[in-house]
Amino acid sequence: MSKRLPAVAGEWIDRNQPIEFTFEGQHYSGFAGDTISSALHAAGVHAMGRSFKHHRLRGILSMANHDINSMMQVGERLNLRADVTPIERGMNAIAINTRGGLRADRLAIMDKLSAFLPVGFYYKAFHTPKSFFPKWERTIRNASGLGEIKFDTPRIKTPKRYDFCDVLVIGAGPSGLAAAIAAADAGADVVVVDENARPGGSLTFQRGADAHVDNARWELISAVRSRRNIRLILATEAAGYYGDHWVPLVDKEKISKMRARSVIAATGAFEQPAVFRNNDLPGIMLASAAQRLIYRYGVKPFERVVVLAANTEGYRAVLDFHTQGVKVAALVDLRAQAESSEFAEKVRQAGVKLLQGYCIYEALVNRAKDHVEAVVVCPISASGNAQPGAALTIFCDGVAMSVGFTPALNLLYQAGMKARYDQRIEQFVPGELVAGVFAAGRANGIYSLQSKIRDGERAGLEAARYLGLGTPIGPVVVPAETSSPTHPYPIIDHPKGKNFVDFDEDIQVKDFVNAAQEGFDNIELMKRYTTVGMGPSQGKHSNMNAIRILAKITGKSIQEVGTTTARPFFHPAPLSHLAGRSFNPERVTPMHDRHVTLNAKLMQAGVWLRPEYYHVSGKSKDQAVSDEVRAIRQSLGLIDVGTLGKLEVYGVDAAEFLERIYTGRFANLKAGMTRYAVMCDESGVMIDDGVVARLADQQFYFTTTTTGSATVYRELTRLNTMWRLNVGIVNVTGHFAAVNLAGPHSRSALQGLADFDVSEAGFPYLGVREGHVSGIPARLMRVGFVGELGYEIHVPAEYGAALWDVLMDAGRPFGIRPFGVEAQRLLRLEKGHVIVGQDTDGLTTPFEAASSFAVKMDKPFFIGQRSLKIIQAKPLRQSLVAFVLDNSYSGATPKECHLVIDRGDMVGRVTSVAFSEALGQVIGLAYVTPELANIGAKIQIRIDGGAMVEATIVKPPFYDAEGARQKSAAIATTKAAA
Amino acid sequence: MKLLRCPINGPRPVSEFFYWGEMRAMPDPNVADDAQWADYVFNRNGAPGIKKEWWHHMPSGVWFVVERDTERDDVKRTYLYGQESA
Repeated sequence: MSKRLPAVAGEWIDRNQPIEFTFEGQHYSGFAGDTISSALHAAGVHAMGRSFKHHRLRGILSMANHDINSMMQVGERLNLRADVTPIERGMNAIAINTRGGLRADRLAIMDKLSAFLPVGFYYKAFHTPKSFFPKWERTIRNASGLGEIKFDTPRIKTPKRYDFCDVLVIGAGPSGLAAAIAAADAGADVVVVDENARPGGSLTFQRGADAHVDNARWELISAVRSRRNIRLILATEAAGYYGDHWVPLVDKEKISKMRARSVIAATGAFEQPAVFRNNDLPGIMLASAAQRLIYRYGVKPFERVVVLAANTEGYRAVLDFHTQGVKVAALVDLRAQAESSEFAEKVRQAGVKLLQGYCIYEALVNRAKDHVEAVVVCPISASGNAQPGAALTIFCDGVAMSVGFTPALNLLYQAGMKARYDQRIEQFVPGELVAGVFAAGRANGIYSLQSKIRDGERAGLEAARYLGLGTPIGPVVVPAETSSPTHPYPIIDHPKGKNFVDFDEDIQVKDFVNAAQEGFDNIELMKRYTTVGMGPSQGKHSNMNAIRILAKITGKSIQEVGTTTARPFFHPAPLSHLAGRSFNPERVTPMHDRHVTLNAKLMQAGVWLRPEYYHVSGKSKDQAVSDEVRAIRQSLGLIDVGTLGKLEVYGVDAAEFLERIYTGRFANLKAGMTRYAVMCDESGVMIDDGVVARLADQQFYFTTTTTGSATVYRELTRLNTMWRLNVGIVNVTGHFAAVNLAGPHSRSALQGLADFDVSEAGFPYLGVREGHVSGIPARLMRVGFVGELGYEIHVPAEYGAALWDVLMDAGRPFGIRPFGVEAQRLLRLEKGHVIVGQDTDGLTTPFEAASSFAVKMDKPFFIGQRSLKIIQAKPLRQSLVAFVLDNSYSGATPKECHLVIDRGDMVGRVTSVAFSEALGQVIGLAYVTPELANIGAKIQIRIDGGAMVEATIVKPPFYDAEGARQKSAAIATTKAAA
Repeated sequence: MKLLRCPINGPRPVSEFFYWGEMRAMPDPNVADDAQWADYVFNRNGAPGIKKEWWHHMPSGVWFVVERDTERDDVKRTYLYGQESA
């Protein structure tokens, strides 16, 4: 049986476009423009879901994006709100939160058990005995939760957009449209955003069978559409308010970040339900929901309705129903005072039975237990108590509730507004607003149509004035409401309960009484204890009634009770919207393609991708790394070190600058030479290290760690902002490519390429030279990091790949091997060199990290010096020592971070460890307490599984103790030959 | 997202900026005793109020001073170091 009405003027559906879809396995047909709820209601389906806790059958409540009990799963899309989700061809919708389908839900038993599940039940039960808790937890977790997450959901990449305007008007109702027109006419660039598919707000459904309403809508919309400086953005939610008028606009496919210069909240009001026994039965809905069904979707909401009213809107709704052929069985008016507007007379003329000063005491369910069948009404006393002794039963197939509104102040709260309660209209209204934010219309407590338009114009002009547009205006007077649109207490007690306040969480009136009795009588505490307003609708239909109940229980005023915090987002947004495209930039060096061609296994180093090692087919990672290490020790290797931070400091005060930022001495460094450098923070903790090269008297080129370059550079610029030294500081990390050519044959390989003297005398250990390598302009530094004769070669980035090719060619006769970070780590470990960040942590001083040699305490000043003076005077906390395992040890190798144990106490940890082929044993670095740090002493390392491994402390370096190999090619070559 | 006015680049989204911390004058290391020095290095004043802070506009590398009411997160003014009186 179709409940579709004859075409209604202004309806949102296209009757020429039928759409087939499926709900709970049954086929249905609707029209383009229908939502799931409107199409189902048109097909006579009223039970659309189960409630969260008690699994009661529920249907339409608001048709305004807070129908939490008719949420659907469609494929991997879950918790779609049927009241606002458009139907799609072939859509297969299933009600969430059922076990075995909507009708046969096995958890429906929960409704019968509800008497045993009072508020706070979960907090009190299930804790004893303790051993049962895991089982209870599993059971509860299985029974709770809403939609089903499909783990095969495809990755959805959504765009993010940025948008800008002068005035953002939120809400395209009469006040919002009027505000937009006024601001635009003052010269502002205006955007109007509305979550509905069409503009007009309440004018699209709260018509009161009055053609003037529809005319006003057309006039406003035509005026908006004719202005070039107004953009109307529909089907889009203003999801939150962030600092300086930054509003995320959420539509079906993306989030746009709107930066406005001023914001007008014409966000309207949420109609609020009345609370009476069984007020959740399918067929009982807000009057505005029924009006939306009629005017937006051309659906007849009921055949025979009882209207429960406490305001003029209820009388207008009666006229809407009457004109559309719905029999109004009774108009039950909660108020003692008769309605004074002209609509009272129209209702009387329509022949509707009026029960003034009556309430609905309870609703009765039909035999099938899936729909309202009748209501029991009775007089209500002046103090608000129902008088069930004089009750009458009225049969009906629906109830329309029109008892009041609460303004949608969410975004204004987020903008720092404090609301005040206005007793004349029984609602919160905006208090003082932050600069540039304005409110208009129902959100501002203005309800009658002409006043709403006037209020919108006022807000539009004020926003324009705030931006310095338009002409100065005097105070605009908007007449106050003559009667309250909202009832102060539309809540009826019933001894048997089931009078629901919160439909999300199935919270009844008695739950609040219990919570208050147990001491949770503050609104924030009560919210958390009862969970009112914590469901998916976030209290849009429940918070206000909860506040009214709490005020009554505690004897406080509503102002004193106050409201809870309204946080973004206004409606839930899909996580894929929030994630966007997830932008994680990676940096690669100019030689990256060469590494890929050579089968490099890449790893992350900060933002960089670096070769960990080069894969050789048929060989394991360990074998490949060993081969790389052997190549450097015996002949020649090449590693890309372009990820190192590279900075240049030049100017009269360049040496002084380095003296201040590094612990070492650089004023006496000769041009053409390099020196190892350690950087500390103000507390004396080692934060970075590198090599400083003096290219000329007033020009230094220095490296930082790979991950440190950006932060070191930034801090150096800050320091010199204060110091005002005459230096220029340039971060040239990306400007230079760099490699380390290392191994006994490195000089031989370089010999024919360099256009300068590379002999031991001409280019000694720790020297720096500028020249050309195979015609490429280059800076070369003789370094010893890996413990062999080696040259760090820095060239402009665009020559990086060419340099790599030249060196690989020149090294071919020597069996050159490219090597990665893994081999380099082992090579430097054999030399006992510290890696800042691996062998140090956020508390390590240079004294502890065997780096005292790089600290010159007798300098006048360096960052960290004063703290190191204090630390130096105290006993050392820990010492970094080199250790070896016995040659014969064949068990599991200790790992980094394994603990050093002494007589049951933790006394240190391993920071680096590896098997050294050159030494034929496991070597490593570890922190130990100073009293254990003696050469030859034994330490115990606890490895995975708890076994203890004995290690011996030795004097570093492990390999080539005199450093002969890196210092002199002659010796190196001889040894390699041997 | 808030806007912050860089003295060189004008108002920009706050995500373009790096917050360093409150500006605190370093005591003379040759004069301060150990306790005064440790207080400077380790202790921070968390009490809300109007504070001077170091901020850095990352895309352009500008360091500047922000006077901010940390209780209301309200920026009073921004200026380049040394131009407080300007």
